[in-house]
Amino acid sequence: MDSHHPPNPSPLSEHPIKDPVPADDAEPKPRRARKPVGWSMIVIGALVAVCAGLVWRRDGIDGVLKILTHDLWLFGEIIPRVLAGCLLGGFIAEILPHDKVSRALGPNSGLKGLLIGTAFGAILPGGPFTAYPVAAALLTVGADFGAAIAMVVSWTLIGYGRAVAWELPILGTDFTLWRIVISLPIPVLAGALGRIVFVRMYPKGEPEPPA
Amino acid sequence: MTLSALIIDVTLWGSVAILGFMAWRRGRVVLVSSVREGSMDFINIVPRIALGVIGSGYIAAVIPPEVITGWLGPDSGWFGVLTAVIAGAATPGGPVVGFSIGAVALKVGGGPPQVIAYVVAWALFAFQRMILWEIPFMPAKFVWFRAAVSVPFPFLAAAIAMVIGKP
Repeated sequence: MDSHHPPNPSPLSEHPIKDPVPADDAEPKPRRARKPVGWSMIVIGALVAVCAGLVWRRDGIDGVLKILTHDLWLFGEIIPRVLAGCLLGGFIAEILPHDKVSRALGPNSGLKGLLIGTAFGAILPGGPFTAYPVAAALLTVGADFGAAIAMVVSWTLIGYGRAVAWELPILGTDFTLWRIVISLPIPVLAGALGRIVFVRMYPKGEPEPPA
Repeated sequence: MTLSALIIDVTLWGSVAILGFMAWRRGRVVLVSSVREGSMDFINIVPRIALGVIGSGYIAAVIPPEVITGWLGPDSGWFGVLTAVIAGAATPGGPVVGFSIGAVALKVGGGPPQVIAYVVAWALFAFQRMILWEIPFMPAKFVWFRAAVSVPFPFLAAAIAMVIGKP
């Protein structure tokens, strides 16, 4: 597993400087997690085992199998989209100029960075299979937690896709518009709060992009 | 799973093709290395998605939607907001379930601030989305950080709703 940079076979490729920041920071840059089993997964696995046991006691083995086949079907439907999302993330991490991203969305990008993150989350097409890989890719190319939080929260709260497809027909236009107007400030505020807390929790901070 | 699914897949793979083309224009090395990065991510994520999809089905089966609707009763005030937030995080299923429960709550007399808190909390914390998508794709530290930082906002949304009222 490449815990450092992806191997770069050509020293004359378009990105001679893979990482504009010297890697001497104590806090490692958030890299896309490549651990198949972390403790989150262990907790989730335990929770799933308990719930499957409860279903088995309530509905017997038939209930367990019914959910299993339904979810395997769903898994087959989702998996090509997951591949597409991962490829999108890979391309974005490679194409976007790292120095520009860390200037626009990095820890020193200020309110503007939070607004860019919010706008990006609001217009991003697709579903969770695009939003999360893209957010992870932005983290690896220099966005800070604050901007990524603004993006993810904006995607869930004011992204037009879900609002148009599901919320408008079910909850009605009045409620949906009212809810979105109230939600508008939340991504920026959440990103700002994220930055404030991050600085308190990790006082050494993320590496500063060169001016 | 018909027209909308088709539109989603077309835009999704269309974006992949466009970005892939842009990577290819930067040179074959860029294309190969980004495809390899993406494929490695995919291989690493598949087991987690599998656990998420198959597992959250069982968790959802243990929390039937009726229970959630019960928590969203027409009691107003901040206690109602708090139960609405917990209900939003605990709601199983996708957007249809979440928004339908909100609609039912409005019909049976739930207060608009409580329903706003419910919908916002569902958007921020719905456990199935976090287990299935956010935890597999994002660094674990980011997910917990993001969730912790988001806690005040359903309450803020309810407060704004109480102040400006419903049109």
